[in-house]
Amino acid sequence: MENLIWILLSAMVVNNFTLALFLGLCPFMGVSARVETALRMGAANIFVLTITSLCAWFLNTFVLPYAPYLRLISFIVVIASLVQIVEIVIKKVSPTLFRQLGIFLPLITTNCAILGLAIFQTNRGYGLIEGLFFAVGAGLGLTLALVLMASIRENTELASVPELAKGMALVLIIAGSLSLAFMGFAGLLSSS
Amino acid sequence: MRQTTPQADFLRGIWRENPVLIQMLGLCPALAVTNTVANSIAMGVATFFVLTGSSLLVSTFKRWVPHEVRISTYILIIATFVTIADMLLEAVVPTVHKALGAFVALIVVNCMILSRQEAFASKQPIGRSLLDAAGTGFGFIIALLMMGAVREILGNGTFLGFSLFGPNFEPWVIMILPPGGFLTLGLWLLVLSWVERRRAESARVADWPAGVAQRRVA
Repeated sequence: MENLIWILLSAMVVNNFTLALFLGLCPFMGVSARVETALRMGAANIFVLTITSLCAWFLNTFVLPYAPYLRLISFIVVIASLVQIVEIVIKKVSPTLFRQLGIFLPLITTNCAILGLAIFQTNRGYGLIEGLFFAVGAGLGLTLALVLMASIRENTELASVPELAKGMALVLIIAGSLSLAFMGFAGLLSSS
Repeated sequence: MRQTTPQADFLRGIWRENPVLIQMLGLCPALAVTNTVANSIAMGVATFFVLTGSSLLVSTFKRWVPHEVRISTYILIIATFVTIADMLLEAVVPTVHKALGAFVALIVVNCMILSRQEAFASKQPIGRSLLDAAGTGFGFIIALLMMGAVREILGNGTFLGFSLFGPNFEPWVIMILPPGGFLTLGLWLLVLSWVERRRAESARVADWPAGVAQRRVA
């Protein structure tokens, strides 16, 4: 159990997907202008990551031992189609939830964080339960980074930023400082 | 459709519409593996290979790909080339392959590659698509080198592994760690927009009548 909590914490803060591994940068830059959208994006991410972890475990256990060279292709195809199916089901079952997550689901599928999770999970040899904890941790980490970024960006709108730095340059430099702050969590792992 | 010359197809991606510095596409690899110049080159070349290969195939088969499933088809083609690149790197330069880690596989989800297929290769003849892909690929390599050079020189005091400053240099370690990636790209964007503004201003001065411009300079 302790091991599982470490996997979760490590994926969430120490090896934060966005700020330490640079995965999922597109949504991080794109939809981090408002806290509310950032939260929804984070929720959709946790959801897709969990599904991905299940898919990756299934493929790794039952399919890929027979055809290792199909790893990348099968990951992408299976994850993309499953997310599409889940999207249709959600639309039917809970239209409210669909409106909350809807736009983001198909976008997320081709996000590096998703494929990155599948590959890391494979490389580290996580089983089903460990993989699920890893996925939830990664999702929470992404949400945390997105919400932090969005709150900072909402505040910079009122600040007087030099004309030159407006736009992406400012976002990147804020991200750099956030990443610097998250490096402080590295001590958590070595002290354990 | 807007007509362009073949040279323009090639040159556009290199600088004016540079994928990383101007369009902000393909940021994951541009930030993640540029901590040394050698890694940047390996990543750039692998991406170049995947991009030109996929553009060639997409452009060749564009007539037979149904519109509804085009994105999935492109992704399958890209994934095939990435698998080839992954295996090639592992066989030829195992150390670099190890340093790049999962990021070779992640070339599949580099939005830059997909965007070239959707925006260009799926509509244009084969030769033009190849030129466009090569230009964008070179632009990507240039951007990665700009990142990698700054980060390796400041963070490690070396360039391609050769020591630049002698033993007394205190490396600025943060530059080769994750925060350095964000900061370096942010600073490059600042420099570029400063240069762009300088150019716009001098262009405005050039438009003035000759006497006014001289008086202004004096």
